[in-house]
Amino acid sequence: MIFTRLTAITLAATAIGGGAALADCGIDSGRVAILSNDFPALQAMAAGAAECASDTVEVSANQTTEHRDIQVAALTADPAQYTSAVVANSSIVPLLNDGLIRPLDDLIAEHAPDLPGLNRITIDGEVMAIAFMANAQHLYVRTDILEQVGAEVPTTYEEVLEVLAAVREAGIMDHPWAMNTASGWNLGEEFVNMMIGMGGSLFEPGSAEPAVNSEEGIAALEMLAALNDYANPDFLTFDSNATQALWESGELAIAYMWGSRGGGILDDEGAAEGVVENTLLVAAPTVGGGDTPASTLWWDGFTIAANISDEDAEATFIALMNGLRPEIVEANNDAAVWLLEGYTPGAPAAGVSATAEAGATPYPMLPYAGLMHTALGNELAQFLQGEESAEQALADVEAAYIAAAREQGFLD
Amino acid sequence: MPHRTFFWFILPSLTAMILFIALPIVSVVIQSLHVEHEQVLEVVETCGPFGCTEETRVDTEATRALREAEPLGRFNGLGTYVNRAHLATEELATAWAESDTWGAFGGRVMNLPFYKALAFTLAYTFLVTPLVLVLGLAIALGVNGLPQRLRGVTIFFSLLPMIVTPLIGSLVLFWMIDADGIIGATLQLLFDDPDLSLKASPTLTWLTLFVYGVWHSAPFAFIVFYAGLQTVPEETLEAAMIDGASRWERVRYVVIPHLMPLVVFITLIQLMDNFRVFEPIVGFQAQASATSLSYIIYSDLRGDTQQFGSAAATSVLTILGVAILLTPVLIRTWRDFNRKRV
Repeated sequence: MIFTRLTAITLAATAIGGGAALADCGIDSGRVAILSNDFPALQAMAAGAAECASDTVEVSANQTTEHRDIQVAALTADPAQYTSAVVANSSIVPLLNDGLIRPLDDLIAEHAPDLPGLNRITIDGEVMAIAFMANAQHLYVRTDILEQVGAEVPTTYEEVLEVLAAVREAGIMDHPWAMNTASGWNLGEEFVNMMIGMGGSLFEPGSAEPAVNSEEGIAALEMLAALNDYANPDFLTFDSNATQALWESGELAIAYMWGSRGGGILDDEGAAEGVVENTLLVAAPTVGGGDTPASTLWWDGFTIAANISDEDAEATFIALMNGLRPEIVEANNDAAVWLLEGYTPGAPAAGVSATAEAGATPYPMLPYAGLMHTALGNELAQFLQGEESAEQALADVEAAYIAAAREQGFLD
Repeated sequence: MPHRTFFWFILPSLTAMILFIALPIVSVVIQSLHVEHEQVLEVVETCGPFGCTEETRVDTEATRALREAEPLGRFNGLGTYVNRAHLATEELATAWAESDTWGAFGGRVMNLPFYKALAFTLAYTFLVTPLVLVLGLAIALGVNGLPQRLRGVTIFFSLLPMIVTPLIGSLVLFWMIDADGIIGATLQLLFDDPDLSLKASPTLTWLTLFVYGVWHSAPFAFIVFYAGLQTVPEETLEAAMIDGASRWERVRYVVIPHLMPLVVFITLIQLMDNFRVFEPIVGFQAQASATSLSYIIYSDLRGDTQQFGSAAATSVLTILGVAILLTPVLIRTWRDFNRKRV
């Protein structure tokens, strides 16, 4: 579903300021235009940035789940439509590929010299983005149901399968499992996670040649199929909204979902009785005897467009840092796993922290990873529907990827 | 009309058509013949919240130089058209050589994205179009037989499926056929099968999309036919009645021949509309089981990397498809036109 909000956030800022004088962020003049995804943590940041609006400083934000589709075109324009694009490990890549964002070293030196190294996304020695929150997919478990079948919290996918079998055996639920397996980007992401857990790799080392049709790839697919035997037959349509709704309705015993959904699930709204108090967020499991969790770590961060004046860039940097100051993080503590000062990790962050601590690796920031991800998302559904073998599905993925990579000039 | 006057009459529309139809198509064709430049890659150290790694990236300077030299990209001729994502000539040849039976060959062809999409698109077009005609006519006849007072309300409700935005309509139905939705749960109860899911199996997904297509388009055929019914000559109908024609015979031999030009018109519009079926696939999240040509264009243009060349090639193929599909109908109209002129 699409939530577009092209806001004159000045209104929001006046509301937040309670009618009081607008905050003076120390910007003389400039234009701040933010393009970002749409979820509570980013809304809080944009509202914080909007507090810098004044007669000479214009602040606006377009917060939409479709941001990835417009960012390249919007930042290619000169001057760019948006002065800042809020990105994640994967969506920064097309901006880097086309050289559409500027190094932030001089702005950091002038306005945020104490910014920890943790927040600096440094590429070839230049800071290209400021990371402010982390995300990862991990397990959500229902402790009451585990108790009923006498099981411990699973730490490997093999254990997850045993617990699911026990839950079905005991007649508690027919479909106790769900993960984000909607055909397309979601399904591609689940395969990438499982593949990394199996110790496999998407590409031949140091090249753009695909390497998914491997033993690890087949094992990863077979694990996905085994798990989804316990999922509702509609599982190829499950995105984050669907899995969260299933979890809150109390129809699931174990699920694999994004950490960023933790806040929404653990609040008092929308869940069936007995769900919230028995929900536990734990690390992503390992799989196939490996010791890396089958999950990838993601960061969200802001970038600043290359095709804008230095004045606008400076205004944008100051306004966004104002939107990420400790008071805002404190006020929205449970909205995200913040990587910023002022954050106290709470229950909703437990899964992401545990996954990171267990040694999960970041999603690869490779220029051709997006093409592979698209190919995976499009070609794997037939295997999960039982229409073709794992080898065939992976051969299709490689063929689709090679065709796309040739068109994009990554392969000959 | 003298040619000069005719020219000035048509000039504004001609200009608009060249600007907004012909030129964009030319641009799409040119785009489809080109692919992106070779990307110059380099390996650099990348650091973030989760540590440092050696990662490959695009050397923007070098790639930009290539791009400025040839802004359109590399000329690829028909390369994009014959690659695996489109006509897949090589894959077809291999499949032909390696398959022993028609079934095996068909299975391998249906594994190629373009043919998979084409199969659904054609099935959708050729099932939904006739059903829309038949159902539209049936509703129109039914409404025409109602007492005058009831007609307005009935027409309004019959038109609702067409008024609803296709994406919204399909989303509403998507949740209704969910296993927990009203239609999904009822079907499970009726067939006594708790695992029955309209979204899970490709066959049922196709059926759902066909039903949706008919539901959405029938009102269009209905309203056109209903308007046409108001012009059916009363005398001919009465004469047929006096000759003892039954209701069915009157419809078959008087009403339908009278409405024939409208049938051609609706067929033309529906063939075009149904050939570019798109919204229900997104709304029903049906891409795992059913894709259409429009959907694969959309999918190429979404996400982190947009594949313009690939999308352009599919677009050109879609235009060719529409042209082939409409040729018989257009030839027929042309003949009728000439006959009348004589």
